[in-house]
Amino acid sequence: MTNPQGRFGIHGGQYIPETLMNAVIELEEAYNHYKKDPQFQKELTELLNDYAGRPSRLYYAEKMTRDLGGAKIYLKREDLNHTGAHKINNVLGQALLAKKMGKTRLIAETGAGQHGVATATAAALMGMDCVVFMGKEDTERQALNVYRMRLLGAKVVAVTSGTATLKDAVSEAMREWTTRISDTHYCLGSVMGPHPFPTIVRDFQAVISQEIKSQMLEKEGRLPDAVLACVGGGSNAIGSFYHFIEDEQVRLIGCEAAGRGIDTFETAATINTGRVGIFHGMKSYFCQDENGQIAPVYSISAGLDYPGVGPEHAHLHDIGRAEYVAITDDEAVEAFEYLSRTEGIIPAIESSHAIAHAMKLAPQLDKDKIIVVTVSGRGDKDCAAIARYRGEDIHE
Amino acid sequence: MSNIANAFKNGKAFIPFFTCGFPDMETSKAAIKAAVDNGADLIELGIPFSDPTAEGPVIQRSTLGALKNGVNTNKIFKMVKDLRQEVTIPLVFMTYANVVFSYGGEDFFAKCQEVGIDGLILPDLPYEEKEEFAALSEKYGVDLISMIAPTSHERIAMIAKEATGFIYVVSSLGVTGVRKEITTNLTEMVEEIRKVTDVPCAIGFGIANPDQSKRMAQIADGVIVGSAIVKLLEKYGKDAPEYVGAYVKSMHPRNLL
Repeated sequence: MTNPQGRFGIHGGQYIPETLMNAVIELEEAYNHYKKDPQFQKELTELLNDYAGRPSRLYYAEKMTRDLGGAKIYLKREDLNHTGAHKINNVLGQALLAKKMGKTRLIAETGAGQHGVATATAAALMGMDCVVFMGKEDTERQALNVYRMRLLGAKVVAVTSGTATLKDAVSEAMREWTTRISDTHYCLGSVMGPHPFPTIVRDFQAVISQEIKSQMLEKEGRLPDAVLACVGGGSNAIGSFYHFIEDEQVRLIGCEAAGRGIDTFETAATINTGRVGIFHGMKSYFCQDENGQIAPVYSISAGLDYPGVGPEHAHLHDIGRAEYVAITDDEAVEAFEYLSRTEGIIPAIESSHAIAHAMKLAPQLDKDKIIVVTVSGRGDKDCAAIARYRGEDIHE
Repeated sequence: MSNIANAFKNGKAFIPFFTCGFPDMETSKAAIKAAVDNGADLIELGIPFSDPTAEGPVIQRSTLGALKNGVNTNKIFKMVKDLRQEVTIPLVFMTYANVVFSYGGEDFFAKCQEVGIDGLILPDLPYEEKEEFAALSEKYGVDLISMIAPTSHERIAMIAKEATGFIYVVSSLGVTGVRKEITTNLTEMVEEIRKVTDVPCAIGFGIANPDQSKRMAQIADGVIVGSAIVKLLEKYGKDAPEYVGAYVKSMHPRNLL
């Protein structure tokens, strides 16, 4: 689906300063070389299996299925991975690639802190330096993850520019990369940014759909009718969708964060409310005002609190291959509580957006239909915030 | 030959940068006129963008300040139209691709031509993506300014060959902002450029004092100064134009060489 310039339909591209062009060209060349290198693939598979705990389970949520009374629901358990989310799949791939390229330092952006923790983890494992950029507001909301990154040996920089959230952390990581390129790899956390990042991150996350496919064939002898995943930048979603894109009968449904609602300004539902623009190295959909100024977005979920979406999702939307729905804070919090109560699984508040849509969709479908929901991460990190949302005064 | 060439016909050029509408429209207009009165040869007019990824803290603060005051693209076109009553030297916009894309490329370039903008610098539009606006640039006679960085190496010839207006030579790695020292081998970079084109070269990023200005002008055809000027506007507010004028005079390479 990618052409040589990294386009997905009209989306994608390389809208970055000249200073970074040779860095992304070098990265693309290295990636194209190592993705075909059996030794690299062997090392990566070993890391994914023995260190991160893959393959992740495909779990039949029987109680939830019975309770909702419609389609059969399976959960893809990315929350069981080492570091508690799908982020590690991409990070191990990029860190290994960076190491092969002779880089000794990783930089990364993080919102909720999951990608930062995963990057700090990989850096510790591979003996690399690590600096994580995190919006100051997020460092305060996610103090435990800040400590975790420091414990793993990373330096955490609290970003105060702009709105001091995820988009500013990305901008600051890009600025840092222009300052120091020769020994540094920018370990981008989602399927966004300039080519080749959307392709590289997708390929490293595609292990999710590869496993879903074989696990589903083994358990049910057929493909699912729908695959659901939450979408911020969209890495767990594209990972969950990728190997089903050619299987037209499988519905692909991305669940965006509507925040307080897509009819309010306090939303992060990019495809539902944004329009095409150019930002952070890519052409895609962005939440922006009429002058092209990037909008300050909002969601209860720090991981989905980003004003853009990966270019491949923008394209899948344009051609009608994937559907993108919007889930409000309230719906996500209800789903967070529902899955905890019903299945004994506490999902990340990000993943709860996908669970929430499953709760709407499953009852509308016949009992012989099958849906898969990717639980992209675990929800321990969110417990204090959700308690506060419900009016309980809990602090970490 | 576009109007931009005129900026370099009197010898080494001095190119100051202003964030339009910072600290307010009137002061920014007055400061631009003060720069022109003190010998500026070309003005870089920044259209504020919410997330200026190529800028250091000084220009970031100024763009957010301008946006907070309600500055937008149409108000800036109006400001340029007013400036053009008195200012005849070349004017170029410096902004980010989304500002142009969101306005509608065709409308933006047509408006540039109408108000008398000679060129456009988009730091997030590298050689590989210039097709986005290249046809419009040609159609409306608004040069898309190419940037060449210390990391460009073997890309220099490819970029320089197609450059129009002037070439923006980025002095150092990183973002805009005052630097104590500039360590890049700029002489070598400019020599590489000279092998393929006669388009004038101006060096920018990190230049703040007369000594740096002089040394850069010995290497290239012009010197670009941004953060140091925006700092004066930040520090002196409505009184800044006078200081900007004096600073431009003190920095102009023709007064130093």
